Amino acid sequence: MSILVGRDTRVICQGFTGSQGTLHSEQAIAYGTQLVGGVTPGKGGSTHLDRPVFDTVSDAVAATDATVSVIYVPARFCKDSILEAIDAGIELIVCITEGIPTLDMLIVKDRLDTLGTRLIGPNCPGVITPGECKIGIMPGDIHLPGKVGVVSRSGTLTYEAVKQTTDKGFGQSTCVGIGGDPIPGTHFTDVLALFENDPATEAIVLVGEIGGTAEEEAAAFIADNVTKPVVAYIAGVTAPPGKRMGHAGAIIAGGKGTAAEKYEALEEAGVKTVKSLAEIGNAIGEVTGWP
Amino acid sequence: MNLHEYQAKALFRNFGLPVSQGIAVDTPGDAVEAAKELGGDRWVCKVQVHAGGRGKAGGVRLVDDLDGVRDFATKWLGKRLVTVQTDADGQPVAKIFVEEAASIDRELYLGAVVDRGSRRVVVMASTEGGVEIEQVAAETPEKILRASIDPATGPQPFQGRRIAFSLGLEGKQVNQFADVFVNLVRLFQDLDCSLVEVNPLVVTGDGDVHCLDAKMNIDNNALYRQPAVAALRDPTQEDEREAQADEFGLNYVALDGNIGCMVNGAGLAMGTMDLVKLHGGNPANFLDVGGGATEEAVAEAFKIILSDDAVKAVLINIFGGIVSCKVIAEGIIAAVQQVGVEVPVIVRFEGNNAAAGLAALEESGLAIATAASLEDAATKAVAAAGGGP
Repeated sequence: MSILVGRDTRVICQGFTGSQGTLHSEQAIAYGTQLVGGVTPGKGGSTHLDRPVFDTVSDAVAATDATVSVIYVPARFCKDSILEAIDAGIELIVCITEGIPTLDMLIVKDRLDTLGTRLIGPNCPGVITPGECKIGIMPGDIHLPGKVGVVSRSGTLTYEAVKQTTDKGFGQSTCVGIGGDPIPGTHFTDVLALFENDPATEAIVLVGEIGGTAEEEAAAFIADNVTKPVVAYIAGVTAPPGKRMGHAGAIIAGGKGTAAEKYEALEEAGVKTVKSLAEIGNAIGEVTGWP
Repeated sequence: MNLHEYQAKALFRNFGLPVSQGIAVDTPGDAVEAAKELGGDRWVCKVQVHAGGRGKAGGVRLVDDLDGVRDFATKWLGKRLVTVQTDADGQPVAKIFVEEAASIDRELYLGAVVDRGSRRVVVMASTEGGVEIEQVAAETPEKILRASIDPATGPQPFQGRRIAFSLGLEGKQVNQFADVFVNLVRLFQDLDCSLVEVNPLVVTGDGDVHCLDAKMNIDNNALYRQPAVAALRDPTQEDEREAQADEFGLNYVALDGNIGCMVNGAGLAMGTMDLVKLHGGNPANFLDVGGGATEEAVAEAFKIILSDDAVKAVLINIFGGIVSCKVIAEGIIAAVQQVGVEVPVIVRFEGNNAAAGLAALEESGLAIATAASLEDAATKAVAAAGGGP
């Protein structure tokens, strides 16, 4: 078991024939992901990477029974691509692209909530169930099938958490990058609920960063709903207020969204926090008693 | 991206929002001509910088003769204004906005932001005009009135009227405020704003609702579809190194420490700064060199980091995902030779081809120290920069 994606998940790719779509689709196929086709308007009927290309997402869904779509199109086309995937009945959309206008995401998020479609991202590395299904730009080889669920707002910080839990031999059940944008499709609380109900997940790593209140909401959710041990790391203790730190969502605004506030909320909720990102793996060992 | 008040007010006017007549000038002579053209016998002169707190810093003055206009312009043009929101050097003053003076009966606050919690554009208003909304939120949160904008319907006049009545507006002011409310949100949505503030929104002596100030921030990710707004960018108000980094697709933020940081990924870049601090050092910057970390990007990153004289060591922290650390090592070697780096450089690689990358650095014969782990890298960087506090 795992969450969101597994060995039987059928995936299509929007932006399939572009450079990013091609590179990461090749790697996903090599990893064993059931990538069953792709969408590039105007190239329907051709094949790419030995898979069929369709003009529209509805065509692709009708022909392949895919339930998941991964999006690698440029930011200015993402609203359209995500809305097309929602309209075609896709259940889980994974959008890797960085730089989508915030007002586009407000419209997209409203549509997602109305129709009950799930979006991972944007501006994220994607989602992977190690050994079964890799959807996104993360390096597959640092992962190990196992029992830690990882959820994170940052790409490379996810890789650090993954590498440490792999080196310890704990492995990961599923790793979800929810992305660094101010309006993400999926929140920490959504993923925590899934991990709590997933028998394969025995402990959880939460990687947050400055900006917004998603970590505080996660802390409240954990206090009330999560029985599994959680280790949390928050990036940006040294970040100055009012400055955007790379990610669109990583900004301390009006004195709110500091790492200190987030650490405090998580600690009050009984979460084991680490101040050094090098300590994530060790802390999982500590809270679980795993050797 | 931030706009100047005079630019924001021109856009306000396009959206039917009531603003005063004003002219932006860059010489004292033009300031006097502007005052004559506007007519009347009282003007407000305002320094145009990308920072709040101008009034308290002396950057806004009400004057009642042309000599006063000239004196104000002479005093400020070409100087720098330091406010509570700027650094110690302040912001350069290249323009003065000369505006007809309005009579003020009441001062209110009106603003719109993207609220991350509710995932909506939210309009806020309060009777505490002239006070920063963060301060009102902290001290008297009950005084903040809110309206949430449904993306499907857009702003509705009833939402504006409801706030107007709660603010104690009466008569014609209620519909005037509702118009301001609707038009402000239209401007916000049509121009891809991330923040719009009117502080203060005033009721004039004639009883009219009027936008006395105007602040607009634009979503950088949407500038591609806002060419007219993008053309209003004023690079002189931005940090020179941040702007230079931006040109090369790098994300850079200057800090006041002495350990330069070059990292791939925004989260890991923050995490690396925090680790330096945890080991008793002080980071000189945030720098996300991007996923590719090509030779060109690394060379530019070195140039920007080393343009800060305080930097005594550079810590490079790369987690090779798709990209091979071996390729990045070659980029670092070429960049160090090209740029002529004279401070100690400490490199930590993890992930794709990390061992081969570290070996290449060691074989290069350059003074590049390699680190076996994150902790090792931070410890070495702090020692190289002259130890902890």
